[in-house]
Parts: sequence; C-alpha cells; structure tokens
Amino acid sequence: MSSELLPYTVKPHPVTGVYSGKLGVWLFLASEVMLFGAFFSAYILLKVGAPLEGPAHWPLHSERHMSWMIGGFNTLVLIISSVTMVMAWVSLKSGNFGKARMLLGATVALAVLFLVIKITMEYIPHWRDGLTTNTSNFWGIYYTMTGLHGVHILGGIVVISYFIGPGSKLWHENPEYYTNRIECTGLYWHFVDLVWIFLFPTLYLMS
Amino acid sequence: MADAHADVSKHVRVYWIVFGALIVGTTLTVVVANIDLGHTTNLVLALMIAAAKGTLVAAIFMHLKWERSASVWISLGLCAVLFTVLMTLPVLTVNDYPPGVKHDRTGSWDMLPATTVVEHEGGH
Repeated sequence: MSSELLPYTVKPHPVTGVYSGKLGVWLFLASEVMLFGAFFSAYILLKVGAPLEGPAHWPLHSERHMSWMIGGFNTLVLIISSVTMVMAWVSLKSGNFGKARMLLGATVALAVLFLVIKITMEYIPHWRDGLTTNTSNFWGIYYTMTGLHGVHILGGIVVISYFIGPGSKLWHENPEYYTNRIECTGLYWHFVDLVWIFLFPTLYLMS
Repeated sequence: MADAHADVSKHVRVYWIVFGALIVGTTLTVVVANIDLGHTTNLVLALMIAAAKGTLVAAIFMHLKWERSASVWISLGLCAVLFTVLMTLPVLTVNDYPPGVKHDRTGSWDMLPATTVVEHEGGH
C-alpha cells in the first residue's frame, strides 16, 4: 500500500507531531489499559468480597498449585523477548535488515516458548487437578486474565511473523515505513510484557 | 540517517541497563514475596516493584521518555485518570451497604445470604 493512500506513515503529522500509525497504536493501547484494568478491578473486587471459609473462599498461595518458578521463568522469557524486539528496531534504524529479521524471529520463538510453558506446565496440570473455571471465582478470573493475555501473545506472534515473512517486502520498497511499523508492533509487544509484569506478582506471589 | 544511527546507538546502552534492572526487579519481587513482612507490606512492596518495572518498560522500551507529542500524552493522561477510577471502584464499593446492613464474610457461599440486617435497639 503506497504512502499516498495512507498519509503520514513516515513523516510526523503536522497536528499530532507523530506519524499516524504510532498515534493509532497508542490510542489502541489506551483502550487495552482499560480492558485489562477492568479485569484487575474485578480481581480486587472478587478478592475482597470472597468468603473467608468454604469452597468459594479465596485460595491461599499454597492452595493454588502454582509455581513461582514457572511464572518467574516466563517473566524472564517475556523480558528477553522485549529486548529482542527493541533491538530489532535498532537494527532497522541502522539499516541492518538481516539482523532485525533474526531478532524478530527470536521474539516469536520466545513468545511460542511462553505459551508452550503456560499451557503444558500450568493449564493442563491445573485442569487435570480439577481446577477449572467453575472451581471458584479465583480460578475463573485466573483463567480469564491469563487467557486474555495469552490471546494477546498469540496476536503478537501472528503480527511479528507477518513482518518476518510477507510483510518484509515493504523494507525493500520503503525502509522507513517498515521500520515505523516494527516500532508500532514493538509498542504493542512491550505492552503485553508490561501486563505480565503485573499479572505475575498478583497471581503467583500474593496470598 | 547518520544522526539517527548515532541517536539509536546511544539508546542501546540504556536498553541493556533496563534489561538488567528488570531482571533485578523480578528477582526482588520473588525474594520479597517469600519474606513474611505482613500482608499489607508484602502487597504494597510487590506492587511498587511491579510499578517501577512497568515504568521502565513504558519509558525506555516504549520510548515515552523521548516522546514529545501532546496528542500521545493527552491520550495517555486521560487513560491514567480513568484507570485510577477503575482501580478505586472496588475500594468504594466493598463496604457500600445500606445503613443497618452488615456484611459477614465468615460464612461460606453455601450459607448465603452473607449480609445480615442489624436490628435497631428499642425498635418499633
């Protein structure tokens, strides 16, 4: 798609001061803050209102069958993926497309690793233990929040893979436009990392 | 292009420092959570460390430190206000019962209703 059809894809818009794609992604991320914020708000409300005893009580940390080591390792995986993502943008700014592509590939690999760990070492064992969305409010909100985050990881994998594959043609036609699109993708990816930074202590460490 | 290259190269060192800080922050979160400092202290510390890590990601990796666009800052400012309202809502609603009604959390859901009407002394 040529930049004539979509104006201000490279140069900043005279009114907003940023290229249009970047402003669009920031507005989208603002809506994402409200989406995840609503779930964090619901989490607090459910927690403070939960009965202290009985089957619907809020489980203590020891009752959750969740290992902080798995959660901590996944945190590390996402932090490293944020670094590879930002370094890919740096490589493009320096004109090194090959290195950028390799770093984007590493980001996708780390994202896949995160999902594989989450599903095989947590979701499946929890489900086998009978800890499903129906077990209690805690497990309901746990699956909702981590599931929504997982869907965002999946979305990131699709978008980054597109820019490694068919979307990379743009680099040869308009390198600056391609670099800006990677910056926008990076903004989204760092936001996904940021959400996990709050999910990890909330779900794995706090009783 | 050469200037842009020089600018970006300066950022790289900052990115690695932030990477180190995020690893230290994550380790600190786990260590603090495993020390019994009381529920409230543990909670506040965990959230403070998470907020510090989140700020680093937003400021450096998401380039907000170098962002000068008023449009972006106005959007994010409005978002921050609404987010604060969203986080305050549970605090405002948790004890929001009509006069004379007391919430009892000691019972399980099998024993609902968990709210009881307190009889007025010297009632009608």
